[in-house]
Amino acid sequence: MDSQTPAEGSPALHMARQGTQVLEPCIEFRDAAVTRGSKVIWSRGTFRIERGTVTAIVGSNGAGKTTMIDVELGLIPLSTGTLTVLGQPAGAANRRIGFVPQNYMDDLDSNVTVEQSVLLGLTGTRFGFHRVTREQREAVHDAIEFVELAGKERMRLNELSGGLRQRAAIAQALVSRPELLLLDEPLANLDLASQSAIVELFAKLNRDWGTTIQIVSHDLNMLLPILTGAVYLLDGHPHYSPMAAVLDSDLLTHLYGTRVEVVTTPQGDMFVTPNPKVEPRDHVRSTLDADEAAGFFTKHYGESHGTAGAGTAADNGDDTKEDLR
Amino acid sequence: MNLTFNADWWSLLTSSFMSNALVAGTLIAVAAGMVGYFTITRHSAFAAHALAHIGLPGATGAVLLGLPVSWGMGLFALGGALVIGALGKKASQREIATGTVLAFATGLGLFFARMSSSATKQMQAILFGSILTISSSELLGFAVFDVLLLAIMSFAYRPLLFSSLNEQVAQAKGVPTHAMGILYMALMAGVITVATPAVGTLLVFALVVTPSATAIMLTRSPLSAMVVSALLCLASIWGGLVLAAMFPVPPSFAIVTLSTTLWLVVRLVSGRSQH
Repeated sequence: MDSQTPAEGSPALHMARQGTQVLEPCIEFRDAAVTRGSKVIWSRGTFRIERGTVTAIVGSNGAGKTTMIDVELGLIPLSTGTLTVLGQPAGAANRRIGFVPQNYMDDLDSNVTVEQSVLLGLTGTRFGFHRVTREQREAVHDAIEFVELAGKERMRLNELSGGLRQRAAIAQALVSRPELLLLDEPLANLDLASQSAIVELFAKLNRDWGTTIQIVSHDLNMLLPILTGAVYLLDGHPHYSPMAAVLDSDLLTHLYGTRVEVVTTPQGDMFVTPNPKVEPRDHVRSTLDADEAAGFFTKHYGESHGTAGAGTAADNGDDTKEDLR
Repeated sequence: MNLTFNADWWSLLTSSFMSNALVAGTLIAVAAGMVGYFTITRHSAFAAHALAHIGLPGATGAVLLGLPVSWGMGLFALGGALVIGALGKKASQREIATGTVLAFATGLGLFFARMSSSATKQMQAILFGSILTISSSELLGFAVFDVLLLAIMSFAYRPLLFSSLNEQVAQAKGVPTHAMGILYMALMAGVITVATPAVGTLLVFALVVTPSATAIMLTRSPLSAMVVSALLCLASIWGGLVLAAMFPVPPSFAIVTLSTTLWLVVRLVSGRSQH
């Protein structure tokens, strides 16, 4: 874009600026690192998430997936680097972000109903005495309708099943019509039918409302049909990659520390199936050999991003791995 | 034991010291109803219970210094509330630390009580309450607290509710959740200070927290839970006073029995488990 910058003050510049506003990424990390105490959670995160996309954040336990959401919300500061969310520094645009934490609404010792809980998504931040306006009631109604909980407005949250409670949580996040929706393990502890229903809801949200969605998940299977790409936390660094590159057996196998296969069906649908027959013997779950991880990093990112991050282990990475395909 | 029925209970109930007790019950019920709901949604029932015990050395210490019991009680409970609140919501769930401090505070209360004979005499009243001896000046203090509580609640109601129910999201949306935690604990200290003269530090839980737990099982909104909770608390106190006028039982016992019975019946009937 720099090469085409028009003269200062010209109408063309104004147009270009408007243009960049439309095209500006939803989330942009530049050389970002997070530390807790003296421990580096992850570092050298440089990637961007475009608007209107559906992205998964994947990685093994303890890789810093939830930390990434906290960083995007400005709840945890970066130790180095910069992060822009919806065109503003992290934390400044939180009113335009919907957030559904992990196990949200699961241990509620209260009597609030679906409707009251969703309404708090609009009014919960306001001090002082305010009447609930008709617009607010309509927004609550629309959000409940969107997540298909219509008719259950007067049900208490603790009377709903896990899947319906998750819908109520999503409705609370959606009631303020956020541009970006962040969800932490939204499919955990749900049965398969509820999982696929929630995934369909994400697809509808992305399609009908144009909401950018980012989902922390330890399990990609259910999300695959709707994902634009994934941020994966590997060897201590977050990397973004579009779907085709993530769907690589070797990469997923090493990401999760267990053998994962990728199958492409004639319809073009792709499934990732853990196959016990090809499970490597004495593998340790959630443990990634640093050399191997670095090798994979180089294999997928070395060409387009240089060898930054691969370190000294980069050299022996490629040839030690056999290609499954 | 001789549980003889007092046929003249109505004249006992309409005497002047009894009218003070009935007014005190109303003021306590209003305060407990408003704050008890948040105790349950915040999972901080044990911290609330501990505040009463942290107030005990303040109460006996005040007697030692010749000051009103409520002053010492309120000061110590508020101090404990601010410390627990400042440590954060998770800290109020740290049961071991809270329980240890509770035990130490109770011991300290005993130590202060034994340092003077007047404090020893008042120890029983502080531990188990003496609703029939509440003075008019105490009532005035209760009323001032209720008005203050109502004003704070109507100002901070929604952010306090949001941060009590959904702390993580409320924090992300800009609600000062830490300040809300401290505010809640401070209000709880006030309610306990007001309720302790009625039933004492040992039984105050049944008056402040139990009616809210019962109300939550019966209602479908925070506001209706608060109203029902206040009514249940009121019914327990007034009913307890009637029973104490009819039969030779301590009012505190009758009040706590009613509150517990209401909770047990509702819990068995609704079949829902509340922890």
